[in-house]
Amino acid sequence: MDNTTFEERKTIAGPMHATLRHDSAHKHVAGSADYIDDMPEPAGTLHGALGMTDRAHAEIVTMDLSAVAAAPGVVCVLTAKDMPHSNDISPSHLDDEPVLADGLVQFHGQPAFAVIAETRDIARRAARLAKITYRDLPHLTDITDALDHGGTLVTKPLALQRGDADTELELAPRRLQGKMRIGGQEHFYLESHIAFAIPGEDDEITVWSSTQHPSEIQHMVGHVLGVPSNAVTVNVRRMGGGFGGKETQGNQFAVLAAVAAKKLNRAVKFRPDRDEDMTATGKRHDFLVDYDVGFDDDGRINAVKANYAARCGYSSDLSGPVTDRALFHADSSYFYPHVKLTSQPLKTNTVSNTAYRGFGGPQGMLGGERIIEEIAYTLGKDPLEIRKLNFYGETGSGRDVTPYHQTVEDNIIHRIVADLETSSDYQARRAAIIAFNKNSRVIRKGIALTPVKFGISFTMTAFNQAGALVHIYQDGSIHLNHGGTEMGQGLYTKVAQVLADSFQVDINRVKITATTTGKVPNTSATAASSGTDLNGMATYDAARQIKERLVAFAVERWQTTPENVTFVANHVKIGEELVPFAEFVKLAYFARVQLSAAGFYKTPKIHWDRNTGRGTPFYYYAYGASVSEVSIDTLTGEYMVDRVDVLHDVGKSLNPAIDIGQIEGGFVQGMGWLTTEELWWDAKGRLRTHAPSTYKIPLASDRPKIFNVKLAEWAENAEQTVGRSKAVGEPPFMLPISVLEALSMAVASVADYRECPRLDAPATPERVLMAVERLRAGKA
Amino acid sequence: MTQDAGSIRFILNETETALSDLASTATLLDYLRLERRLTGTKEGCAEGDCGACTVLVGRLVGRELVYESVNACIRFTGSLHATHVVTVEHLAAKDGILHPVQQAMVDFHGSQCGFCTPGFVMSLYGLWLAKDAPSRADIEKALQGNLCRCTGYEPIVRAAEAVAKARPSAVFDPIVKMRASITARLASLKTTQTIRITSGDDQLIVPGTVSDLGDILAEHPAATIVAGSTDVGLWVTKQFRRINPVVFINGLDELQAIAETPDGLTIGAGVSYSMAFSKIAATYPAFGALIDRIGGEQVRNMGTIGGNIANGSPIGDTPPPLIALGATVTLRSKGSVRTLLLEDFYIEYGKQDRKPGEFVESLFIPRMPQTERFAVYKISKRRDEDISALCGAFRIALDGDNRVTSARIAFGGMAGTPKRAANVESALVGKD
Repeated sequence: MDNTTFEERKTIAGPMHATLRHDSAHKHVAGSADYIDDMPEPAGTLHGALGMTDRAHAEIVTMDLSAVAAAPGVVCVLTAKDMPHSNDISPSHLDDEPVLADGLVQFHGQPAFAVIAETRDIARRAARLAKITYRDLPHLTDITDALDHGGTLVTKPLALQRGDADTELELAPRRLQGKMRIGGQEHFYLESHIAFAIPGEDDEITVWSSTQHPSEIQHMVGHVLGVPSNAVTVNVRRMGGGFGGKETQGNQFAVLAAVAAKKLNRAVKFRPDRDEDMTATGKRHDFLVDYDVGFDDDGRINAVKANYAARCGYSSDLSGPVTDRALFHADSSYFYPHVKLTSQPLKTNTVSNTAYRGFGGPQGMLGGERIIEEIAYTLGKDPLEIRKLNFYGETGSGRDVTPYHQTVEDNIIHRIVADLETSSDYQARRAAIIAFNKNSRVIRKGIALTPVKFGISFTMTAFNQAGALVHIYQDGSIHLNHGGTEMGQGLYTKVAQVLADSFQVDINRVKITATTTGKVPNTSATAASSGTDLNGMATYDAARQIKERLVAFAVERWQTTPENVTFVANHVKIGEELVPFAEFVKLAYFARVQLSAAGFYKTPKIHWDRNTGRGTPFYYYAYGASVSEVSIDTLTGEYMVDRVDVLHDVGKSLNPAIDIGQIEGGFVQGMGWLTTEELWWDAKGRLRTHAPSTYKIPLASDRPKIFNVKLAEWAENAEQTVGRSKAVGEPPFMLPISVLEALSMAVASVADYRECPRLDAPATPERVLMAVERLRAGKA
Repeated sequence: MTQDAGSIRFILNETETALSDLASTATLLDYLRLERRLTGTKEGCAEGDCGACTVLVGRLVGRELVYESVNACIRFTGSLHATHVVTVEHLAAKDGILHPVQQAMVDFHGSQCGFCTPGFVMSLYGLWLAKDAPSRADIEKALQGNLCRCTGYEPIVRAAEAVAKARPSAVFDPIVKMRASITARLASLKTTQTIRITSGDDQLIVPGTVSDLGDILAEHPAATIVAGSTDVGLWVTKQFRRINPVVFINGLDELQAIAETPDGLTIGAGVSYSMAFSKIAATYPAFGALIDRIGGEQVRNMGTIGGNIANGSPIGDTPPPLIALGATVTLRSKGSVRTLLLEDFYIEYGKQDRKPGEFVESLFIPRMPQTERFAVYKISKRRDEDISALCGAFRIALDGDNRVTSARIAFGGMAGTPKRAANVESALVGKD
């Protein structure tokens, strides 16, 4: 052994907690990272297009598809009756989501047929040749429409209750009520949905799908084709963004591609155009929050009653758990001594809303923060003061139980907020802004500090499990597979770090392989920020099993004890002998040691009883806070985000660069939700913001002019997560609530901060201007 | 059946390409992805708004070879004659060593899902070629036409700043290295011969001269004139409109002229926003600032002020300032030329005073006396790369007592056409 070399390599490349670039970064910038549409197509590949309806709610009287079928290059046209076994792809198993509309149109654009043709262009053009006649039915687009017409629900609502909110509200020294409208959001993943199906022998089919949930695609394809899950293999190497939009929404494309592929015995690709994708797939739920709060003269909350009504669209999809999570976060970071929260998942004639980063949590939290803001304006205080007064207390303080009866055991919000208040110079800047506003006629400024506390785990307890498959080959190279999907969040990189760290080998020895239902079965969606927690631990478990076998082998071969066998940088150390990892593996192979293992993990501690509204749905919480400063033009409503400071808790970071990327990206995406991203339906129930020309996500020039993002370096997960890290996908999305509240403060300045502007979201320039006008009129 | 009456010839990365069988509305993006399997260039929106399809197109402006970022999704292949198309695959060295722009994106964690990344790389590459020390504002401007949903842009901007600072002098760069030979090859491809490609009844025509253009339009009054295709591109990708014949005028040098005289500024109909920017901004800074907010960089590199006028949209951004400034438009057809006030060009929604066979040749912005003031404002949901909710342009003349002696005020987004606010104008006259 060359000692010099060994000394130089005391550590491996790419261990846990190291900053490491995304595993595909090189390929991303070179244009060589393959997305599904980039894969070479087998000869004879056909292409599909959706045949979309143009009513929001109607019966289909006649559907004449002869011109579609007759178009040159069209190979076949599929309708509901062509679904071999079932026309349903309801993820909630309520049988309320047809693949193709069967006689009844429930939202504008709902697909009623699909065209399969020699080229995508032919298919898309032919899809427009259908002649459909309708008998119109009344349509309900909006939450208030739905409420005014009986408030039909798509799924069972939830109630969370503790104490006696009704009585305490009556007794409260002060009480206020209000409403807040919270807009939805289009995911705008840059890669729109796509599915590519290749038929196999007998009942077999392989599907490449841009999905966060390969197992769901597998089940749906099997269900619609009427074949068992073992006949369906679903693969996904990477998505061009997901954000929740590819948790269930890929089903329709995958199923149609699979049905056509089996029917025609040819490869079939389905890639909707951006406008079709935005029209035919669900979005973040809009909410109407009704709140009623009782508090004292200091601003301490005693009772909260709130109802969260949501636009769910025409079917249940994930609206049950989404509206549940809204309620789970209606407390934001605050203790409500008496509380009653209810959800109202409303049926509307719009596309069925779905998962989106935060999964209802952001809307819940925004309602909670609005309550704080209202109290502050009523009492003439800084909202931050009200926040501090109402934060959950330390464990055992008597102020540590949530509305769902989980005790908050890992509360670090006080320290996060205190640190950020100091590091951002919040108090001095707020005073300066108030002084500035006194003398500024047109431009007004605002500043706000808002906290985040986000519960980590799927609230459906069964989903909190994961598997991994690890092989070591004879040359010492390692193959890694797990149930999580890569959508840009760096999951593959982090899990590879866990594996490299476990074996103490350089990360470039680990080959990260595409997620496939054939290697790791029964996976959960890569969602709920859980990807690393679950798959990292499952991978750790697989490595543990192999290491145990390797140690046992070494003990026998070197006649030593297990304590004397350790994995050190790219070597195995047995006593004083250093054996290069690859050499060691080869020896193990010849000694007939199994070098492959399936790992498994399930989150401990959690349980949840939805019927009683009690339990411990979350394994732990992730915390954070942000300070935003904005300027508005009171003549036009235009604004700028001047500065943002973030302090965020990711536990002990597995990869600081990736975590900071999630925070910065989540912040800007959340800021878009609260500012310029406006979904708009016309009187006919047509979504008119269905492309980037009309739907405005933030640009580079919209990001905060000064953007300081820091990890809470001192933080460590109190629970035994992988490397004591914390989930990071969703929590930062709620940080920009401070942007909305800062805009609100700038607006409030026109009426001397006496009135809460009650800015609805998104606070478009138009809405800011209207609020300025409203407050000025009220003041006059 | 294709009549072999010409071909579109261009250089794709390093390969000289001649296409003689080409649909008039075939897009560059489909050509790259489907026919050449250059799949690094992505489709994100197919309407020129997201930038995932960004490539560079090099063309000769005078004798200078200029590379500009464009949206391949709405760029018609037929418009590429005598250009050099550069895709993301062309950047890295053959041994896989990344270009400094690419390497900076890697080093600064500028990609997450990676789907928008090739487009960002190409926009940043275009900036890197054009500017030695770009400011933050320059970077943001170069990225106005690129959407990223993952990163929040911060690491991308950091990468752009880093690569601008650490610019190795002897770096391998495919364009820098080949500039002289590409210039010569493009010069040899340039032609004053009209190119016609016919397939069935589909006709693609690239006139060799403005005079040919007049003849062609006389022969085909229903032809669609395409300059930048930032509007017409969407007719095809989104509306499946059949437009035939298609006449590409972006290669006509005669329409590319900008002439400045003491009387004012004449801008050829084929001049892109980007090319017109510096001259307009020098005289009318407020107008320059408005141009910076039209589309993204790619759209400004393709789109023309002539097209913005000619398409008659009530929400076009340039007509309000042009009308307020008293601009005139010159229309030409085979054998005739006429000039009219721009405001008179707009008759009603969707209808302009353009006779069959006529085309916009140029526009003229008269110089404003120093005593007058000019301002233009655009309000939109998002500051950059958004359609105007409202665009208002104001030209006010004041006397020595600061009293309004004349006012020209024009709005976009308020009526079926860009329109003057006549009542406001007259109400203002005589006011302090």
